[in-house]
Amino acid sequence: MLGLGVDRLQADINRLLTSLFHQGVLDEQFLQLQQLQDDTSPTFVYDVINIYFDESEKLLRNLRLLLMDREFSDYKKIGLHLNQLVGSSSSIGARRVRNVCVAFRSASELNNRPGCLRGLEVVEHEYHYLKNMMHELFQVLIHVISYTHNSLYNYLIDPT
Amino acid sequence: MVCEMETDDHQNEEMDVEVLSSMWPEDVGTEADNNQFNVGDSDTLKEVDIAEKRTMADLKRLPELMNTTDQGSSQLTNLVKQWEYMQDHAVRLLREELKILTRQREEAEAKELKIIEEHNFETEEPENVPVLDETSDLFRRFKEKKRDKLVGRKRIEIDEEFDTVAYWKQKALSLEKMLEASTERERRLIEKLNESLKTMESHSAPVEELTQNLKRAEGFLHFILQNAPIVMGHQDKDLRYLFIYNKFPTLREHDILGKTDVEIFHGGGVKESEDFKREVLEKGKASKREITFETDLFGSKTFLIYVEPVYNKAGEKIGINYMGMEVTDQVIKREKMAKLREDNAVRKAMESELNKTIHITEETMRAKQMLATMSHEIRSPLSGVVGMAEILSTTKLDKEQRQLLNVMISSGDLVLQLINDILDLSKVESGVMKLEATKFRPREVVKHVLQTAAASLKKDLTLEGNIADEVPILVVGDVLRIRQILTNLISNAIKFTHQGKVGIKLKVIPEPAFASDNALKADAEEQNGLDETSVWICCDVYDTGIGIPENALPCLFKKYMQASADHARKYGGTGLGLAICKQLVELMGGQLTVTSQVNVGSTFTFILPYKVATSNDHSDDQEEFSDMVDHQPEPDDSTEGYFQFKPLLGSIYSNGGPIIGNNFLPHKVMLTSPVKLINGQSETVQVENGGYMDETRHETRSGHCPESAQQYENGNDRYPSKESESCSSSQASSEMESELTVSSPREEAKNETEVKETSKQPKILLVEDNKINIMVAKSMMKQLGYTFDIANNGVEAITAINGSSYDLVLMDVCMPVLDGLKATRLIRSYEESGTWDAAVEAGVDIKTLEDKQTCVRSTNRLPIIAMTANTLSESSEECYANGMDSFISKPVTLQKLKECLKQYLH
Repeated sequence: MLGLGVDRLQADINRLLTSLFHQGVLDEQFLQLQQLQDDTSPTFVYDVINIYFDESEKLLRNLRLLLMDREFSDYKKIGLHLNQLVGSSSSIGARRVRNVCVAFRSASELNNRPGCLRGLEVVEHEYHYLKNMMHELFQVLIHVISYTHNSLYNYLIDPT
Repeated sequence: MVCEMETDDHQNEEMDVEVLSSMWPEDVGTEADNNQFNVGDSDTLKEVDIAEKRTMADLKRLPELMNTTDQGSSQLTNLVKQWEYMQDHAVRLLREELKILTRQREEAEAKELKIIEEHNFETEEPENVPVLDETSDLFRRFKEKKRDKLVGRKRIEIDEEFDTVAYWKQKALSLEKMLEASTERERRLIEKLNESLKTMESHSAPVEELTQNLKRAEGFLHFILQNAPIVMGHQDKDLRYLFIYNKFPTLREHDILGKTDVEIFHGGGVKESEDFKREVLEKGKASKREITFETDLFGSKTFLIYVEPVYNKAGEKIGINYMGMEVTDQVIKREKMAKLREDNAVRKAMESELNKTIHITEETMRAKQMLATMSHEIRSPLSGVVGMAEILSTTKLDKEQRQLLNVMISSGDLVLQLINDILDLSKVESGVMKLEATKFRPREVVKHVLQTAAASLKKDLTLEGNIADEVPILVVGDVLRIRQILTNLISNAIKFTHQGKVGIKLKVIPEPAFASDNALKADAEEQNGLDETSVWICCDVYDTGIGIPENALPCLFKKYMQASADHARKYGGTGLGLAICKQLVELMGGQLTVTSQVNVGSTFTFILPYKVATSNDHSDDQEEFSDMVDHQPEPDDSTEGYFQFKPLLGSIYSNGGPIIGNNFLPHKVMLTSPVKLINGQSETVQVENGGYMDETRHETRSGHCPESAQQYENGNDRYPSKESESCSSSQASSEMESELTVSSPREEAKNETEVKETSKQPKILLVEDNKINIMVAKSMMKQLGYTFDIANNGVEAITAINGSSYDLVLMDVCMPVLDGLKATRLIRSYEESGTWDAAVEAGVDIKTLEDKQTCVRSTNRLPIIAMTANTLSESSEECYANGMDSFISKPVTLQKLKECLKQYLH
């Protein structure tokens, strides 16, 4: 019974990942992350992605604040934030977020405010989509782990 | 009865008068008609002649002409008609007047009738009263009759009536008065009538009026034609001028009249106009034509000529009317316009053609870009596949598996090579590729190219290099590209040569003809190059191979083309190599040509301009010469002009003995180099000299790195060649074993993985500001078995480097506070100067650490690998320009990291 459940969940994960790859949400770099995950760091992907979300949320919040300042938008700072976002997104293989960030960045380089606002919206949309997908993925993953690995399960439920 | 008769009479009279009045204008008209011809016309023409001295006319003939032709008579008819209309108008006015008078008369009559009626009523006269007549005579008669009657009646009345005589007398008197008044009125009317008749008579002289009309018409014509560039004329059946009007006559009247065109003047167009006139005359149809005259009389002028035939009243042709207007300017303008329009059309066509070309070019560019992008996209996963296969090949495999794997690796390598070629090509084509100017020794480059070629040689071929004495020792050029070209040509030559030799010949030539076209470019170079002089070096790469048939030569340098499909099958290859070589050579301002003879051999020749570098300025070129300084005087091979490499087959020559004897390298040098050769791989024992260590490591990389060009500068010629020899021997043995192609770098990579395992744990510094990236990199490093320190920006990196010594720095380019490029520059400047002055200047706070720095380390070159977010060559160029050694494009993958570490650590 248990084994069957795990198989089904694993299939779900694969299906989800495949669809994410097909949509271009993720790219090979994500596989690199998965490769890096081994017995010594069994939650590597989960941890990295979580940090990514934390960091990105901060960056996005800052970006929104910077852009909301109607009189003066510090495009240089926006560019720096976006560099960060581009870097980390490409590191985890979040291709679509990365691509829209690059577009956003080129708008900021041109001091194109409407372009930036549009860019931010698209980035946020892509980011949230990614986050939802990842959340879903991790939910399934946690289920898988809960079947197999008790201590890990506990860690994932409550990382503190 | 009488009265009635009289009335009739009167009516008749009245009618007569009316007829008369309506008749006379017609009379006058006919009179005028006659006058018009004889008086009016001749008059007008005379005036024309007198007033206009410039006009010529045959006055004698014209009236006659006017009389005999339809045109003439029609004009006169017109005039007559006009006159008639006027007269008609006058008649109408008179008639109206007459009508008024008649009415007045009728009124008077009515009054008289009334009076009579009154009388009649009283005297019972019959109602039928005769109408009063205007003539006094009639009136008198009437009166008499009346009186008679009245008398008669009176008598009767007196007899019958009882009225008094006084009454009747009074009545008669009053009647008399009325009659008198009526008579008076009648008289006045007659007077008026007479008067108007007189005025009419005065008007009746039409001649003056017509004259005036004609004068007006003449004046009008004169006014209109005064300045018009018009010639008018009439010519008879024989085309002799009878009349001519010309505003600017150059000939006198008697010169023209009675003569034909041909008789008057000569030149172009005269005959044509004559023919045209004759044609019109024959056809009887008016027409227009433009004729350009080219005569002595008035030069070159274009006339628009209108010719119409003239008929007499009987309908016979008697000549032509001719009218010409000078339109020279208009014709010129029109021609100009036509030309402009034509030009315009041509330009438009060209424009559209150009647009098409641009469109095609854009499409091509896009396609190329697409190809480049695709190739790039393919390269990353493919390198993963090949890399994995390599790793797999290090594991325990049986023979069959190894064979399969080797096939897999070599195929993968081939595809990778193809993709690299495509990327190279697209870089050159899109102009992204930039050339670097570095100092290098052409002799060494040639030697190393040959060495590397010899290293992987599997045929019985002699490789030789021959460099003319006048070739400078040190020149400036893009050594990387030149090596690429040489390597490409040499490997090509080797590929198609089965026996004999393959060689490189270098000589200085005078500036070729095609270079003078690029004079501007050269000038610009001259300016940049300060006082350096330019030299043209011709490089022949010759072989004794299968040769190239003449018909295949033109497409030899085309992309993806090989001499023939057969060759492609037999020898493989992408067909891109020569295309790349050609493009590179052209990019550097040179020319690549080929001569060949089937079954004898081919010679590829490329001519390139170089700047001559003076060899005494190497103090600023540490990288190249740092290790020359601290070596004892050694034989200098920098002037050596001839090398020869014999094939190294099997392990027969692995000890190098025969080769040395065979003029392999003419210098006998002690083997005091800190390098041991073990099994075809080099291991550096001495680590203090980092730069040196780098170079030895590069040797077997078959020219992939620019540094390798300078690797043998210390004059230790034997050990590297020996190494390559041993390397290739090991390769050869492995080849024999597998019978499958494995390229030498691959072999070497295998060796290096082994090396890595034996070497000590290196110190690595990761300079990166992105948490995620750090995390990922850390995990990767862990998997590769390394640990590293982390610096979050350039300043931290400098502090860290200052604090402890590292073997490798992985540097993010884009960072806050101090970016990777600047940090690298500062580190390099520290390495050169031994102080952090530049860094301090740039605002980096490191004074507390300054005393720690050691002079020893300043001679080492710390390998710095850039991590860039975009892989465009521009940014990689920037990395190199700022002193970085290599770069990894982001996102960093395990494979890339591994390759990089493999290259720089062991």
